[in-house]
Amino acid sequence: MNAAPTLHAVLPTLSPLLPELILGIGVLALILFGAFRGERSTEGVNVGALILLIVALFVVVTQPTHRVTTLNGAFISDAFSRVMKALILLGSSATILLSRDYFQRERIDRFEYPILVVLCTIGMMVMASANDLISLYLGLELQSLAAYVIAAFHRDDLKSTEAGLKYFVLGALSSGMLLYGSSLIYGFTGTVSFPGIVSALHAGSGFGIVLGIVFVAAGVAFKMSAVPFHMWTPDVYEGSPTPVTAFFASAPKMAAVAMSVRVFAGAFQDVAAIWQQIIIFIAIASMALGSFAAIGQRNLKRLMAYSSIGNIGYALIGLAAAKEDGVRGVVIYMVIYLAMTLGAFAIILSLRRGRQMFESIDDLAGLSRTHPVLAFCLAMMMFSLAGIPPLAGFFAKFYVFAAAIKEGLVTLAVIGVVTSVVGAFYYLRLVKVMYFDEPQAGYERIPPGSAIVLGLSSVVVILFWLAPAPLVAVAGAAAKALY
Amino acid sequence: MIGLSHYLTVAAILFTLGVLGIFINRKNVIVILMSVELILLAVNINLVAFSTHLNDITGQVFALFVLTVAAAEAAIGLAILVVFFRNRGSIAVEDVSMMRG
Repeated sequence: MNAAPTLHAVLPTLSPLLPELILGIGVLALILFGAFRGERSTEGVNVGALILLIVALFVVVTQPTHRVTTLNGAFISDAFSRVMKALILLGSSATILLSRDYFQRERIDRFEYPILVVLCTIGMMVMASANDLISLYLGLELQSLAAYVIAAFHRDDLKSTEAGLKYFVLGALSSGMLLYGSSLIYGFTGTVSFPGIVSALHAGSGFGIVLGIVFVAAGVAFKMSAVPFHMWTPDVYEGSPTPVTAFFASAPKMAAVAMSVRVFAGAFQDVAAIWQQIIIFIAIASMALGSFAAIGQRNLKRLMAYSSIGNIGYALIGLAAAKEDGVRGVVIYMVIYLAMTLGAFAIILSLRRGRQMFESIDDLAGLSRTHPVLAFCLAMMMFSLAGIPPLAGFFAKFYVFAAAIKEGLVTLAVIGVVTSVVGAFYYLRLVKVMYFDEPQAGYERIPPGSAIVLGLSSVVVILFWLAPAPLVAVAGAAAKALY
Repeated sequence: MIGLSHYLTVAAILFTLGVLGIFINRKNVIVILMSVELILLAVNINLVAFSTHLNDITGQVFALFVLTVAAAEAAIGLAILVVFFRNRGSIAVEDVSMMRG
């Protein structure tokens, strides 16, 4: 007869889960509040969601840096997950700040939106902290299911619902592929836990493992919107309400990249030879498509979609290096990408008169004369995305290219430089349109939420060169946690 | 004797049918939802077959999670489809084409 299990054995350590628990319990309270107060609760739920995200961010930043696992090893908290969670929470908070004004103008400000954003955030945080295939899948699905709904949030708008439908169909397909790969990896290694997979692969790998890794790579590439699984991105970005597009381009990208680093640099680190070629191909194809396909675009949201595809390609160069330096480059890249994307979207969201939003490149004409500050900030974002020193985007590319060259991937780095020169063409065209074309009628004042996001991201982008050391140190510690 | 490889073959065939159903189908979005279910069920056959073969319960636990998530996914998919139908008046795949690409 066994002794009765002690309480300690039944209840896992919950302290590493604290940020997720705060968000989870908080969001349930917000749902109840919204359900009882009805439409009048929108303002309160928005503020509540923002407070929850900021409290969770504070908890994540003050968590201990050493590695802790809980829930029988399914959940890990280490330096890497802390950095990525901080980025995810920043992206989500910025989204809520950016959304308020737009949703009021479009008369779709329902209380469900901030709740879905918070649920999506919990899913993303679980992805960044996943330590086995089951928690990875559950985090991914929580994130995706919430994302499908907010893509279709403008439910009387054909474009928005079409974006939601396309996102759903292709997202479900990608989850299926990831899952099929997971099942093969479980079958051929005999375990779902990442440390268990590492030790099983250490002993050797066969065809089943290769097939599993290929399917997982396809699923992950879909979520990151990397070529050849990018086809949903431009349509979903164009059709979704603009603040939702800003959200998709920021926080879920952080989570998808965190997930790919956890899986490839973590669980599959001993079989780098298998996945390195896949990642190199995806990186080259994404960079090339991101730069060339963006040239013909006239819609700013579609342009940002191609820009995000290209940027994922650059970040993957760091992952392809398959070493600590490479992962450090990826983390630095994602921090700076987050600032540039949110800044650019804050400006796109402020191109409006009354209920009409403007999202074509021609609508930027002469912005330097009607709104000099906005034009200056957007020009800085574009110079930074093009990788021109001393702006932050230059450093982002510098660290990933340096890591690639150190590992002997010189061709990959050279292709990266060439495609960023091509990409510079369309980024700089926006600057030309703003500064040298004939101005149109001015736009309304930028709403306060967007102003806060724009201010913070401009500071990061413009002044990063003054103090790169703290970020590089944090990213270095994050990469060290994986190796 | 039916062994692991038979189950894996059935799962692989179902998975392929599901993927083909999504790409070849030009008629109806509902068929796409059915194909997605087919993919998830193929994965479940894989998981349970491996679980029995390895004599390890984890695979069956995983399969239960997949079933749960599949139900939620179908609910959300149908909800989005209803909203789309209200705006477009059709659920033919070729009508999901407001935006090029």
